[in-house]
Amino acid sequence: MAAVATGGTGGLGRFALRPEAGSFLGLIVVYTFFAILGGQNFIGSPGWSSWLNTAADVGIIALPVGLLMIAGELDISVGAVLPASSLTVAIISGHFGLPIYLGIASALGVGIAVGFLNGLLVTQTGIPSLIATIGTMFGVMGLTLGFTILIAGSTGVFITPDPLTKSLFGDALGGMFQVAIFWWSGFAAVIYWLLHVSPWGNWIAALGGDRVSARNAGIPTQRLTILLYMLSGFAAAFVGVTQVITFGSAQVAAGSSFIFNAIMCVVIGGVLLTGGSGSVIGIVLGTMTFAIVNQGIFFSGLNPNFGSIVIGALLLAAVLSNDTFHALALRHAAKRS
Amino acid sequence: MSEKIPVLELQRVDKSFGPIEVLNEVSLKVNAGEVLCLLGDNGAGKSTLIKTLAGVHKPTRGKILMDGQEVAFAGPRDAAGRGIATVHQFGGTFPLMSIGRSFFVGVEPTKGWGPFKRFDRKKANEIAVKAVQDFGITRIDDGERLVGGLSGGERQSLAIARAVHFGARVLILDEPTAALGVKQASHVLRIVNETKRRGLAVIFITHQVMHAMAVGDHFAVLIRGAIAADFRKGEKTREEITDLMAGGETMAQLEANVEGNT
Repeated sequence: MAAVATGGTGGLGRFALRPEAGSFLGLIVVYTFFAILGGQNFIGSPGWSSWLNTAADVGIIALPVGLLMIAGELDISVGAVLPASSLTVAIISGHFGLPIYLGIASALGVGIAVGFLNGLLVTQTGIPSLIATIGTMFGVMGLTLGFTILIAGSTGVFITPDPLTKSLFGDALGGMFQVAIFWWSGFAAVIYWLLHVSPWGNWIAALGGDRVSARNAGIPTQRLTILLYMLSGFAAAFVGVTQVITFGSAQVAAGSSFIFNAIMCVVIGGVLLTGGSGSVIGIVLGTMTFAIVNQGIFFSGLNPNFGSIVIGALLLAAVLSNDTFHALALRHAAKRS
Repeated sequence: MSEKIPVLELQRVDKSFGPIEVLNEVSLKVNAGEVLCLLGDNGAGKSTLIKTLAGVHKPTRGKILMDGQEVAFAGPRDAAGRGIATVHQFGGTFPLMSIGRSFFVGVEPTKGWGPFKRFDRKKANEIAVKAVQDFGITRIDDGERLVGGLSGGERQSLAIARAVHFGARVLILDEPTAALGVKQASHVLRIVNETKRRGLAVIFITHQVMHAMAVGDHFAVLIRGAIAADFRKGEKTREEITDLMAGGETMAQLEANVEGNT
């Protein structure tokens, strides 16, 4: 990944002080571990495609969720937006047979609308975002199930996408690497720009650092928060679109695993839970680490039923190492002069 | 001296929250190039006064004047727009941001055009570092360093330099030296003097009499939301001021009890 090369510039000492240093180390350790256990299959393209496909799906959601977390907010509703989006496509373009672009546009619209609602709730009511977005998650879940049963009469809806749509959103190169991987790279590039190159990044970090000071400094904090929620809603809906086109069907119950997986990728990637600090390269590395563990277990010969233990341990280790690296960076700054 | 029109003036300002009266007929003025020290014990109403000056609270009664003209602040941003800057006890509020980035929060310098504007990190770092170095803090030389890694005094200095850079005319310093050691505090006091020399009006809130006497031109002691004493430099000794502040309330009562008046 290009991310590795970027992280390494400026010498080892400088790199160790970057916020993504911890997640990079974690990635190396985890990959080596599963490479030893998983052998040829894991090191070869079956292994790479397996974890990259997983990483791409959760990664597209983890990026904007990461921005929100840097801004000091959470978004739980992504887990409900994903199936809602899949079913929107399946019902409009599959069940009713309307053009696919209409289905996709509506699905993305659903995601953006839910994001807008989340943003309004969080900025206008003062309800903590964890609770507000759990609320909208249940709301969206209920609407999805209700309307799906009402319209299609079952909890799963089928769709046969045309070849062009399939190749854009749901194909797999060489039968293994899904196009979502490229979409993920695209999302990462755009969000990298937002957070690290454009002035918006400064606003997002300031928002997570101290909301009141950020507002006093002239940052439109409410509008920014709403936009960030719309972005995460859009991303979740986008993954919903790729999934329904990949699998040719949409299920009401899909998506809930994405809630914690996305947050986990972000945290493993070194984003501070309290907000105010984080990097896109870190989030990408964290997502890769998560996906390697998630899929590596199946290659390793370990009992996959126990796989969650490794993921849990990884999360705790990541938080501990993040704290260490943050402390290190601050101490370095103090000592230098 | 009294001929000058004060940059900021309060005339008999009251502030109450419901039935609770926090400020009672507070009158203050501060001129350009002067330091007004506001002394008061905890709970004297200092923070309410600061928030009123900074546009967070609106006075219940009384007037606020800037340059002799009555003003009503719509909010903190309005007050800031008119040149009133507040620096709080811990200075930098974004500990995990770099010096250059935090200096320009909300007013980022950019290069490029349209939607492709890029945050100009180099320029931001250069300006930020230069602004603090101009205040004599030469230890800050790298704009990429995190604010959280600076000492308390350096953070204060950075925040003051930031306010001055963005054209503040009145600088409100809320207990800038309270959490600092002796040496750090003296750095901050030097910066306060430099700010004054540059012609800003400074309102310096503290309960450390020594620090106040080191920089103050004008002193006001706040007790129970009212100005209990108002005097200029050299009119009172350190002991008298300490008595006023620390024992103000009990002393006043005592005198009232013994003599019937003061």
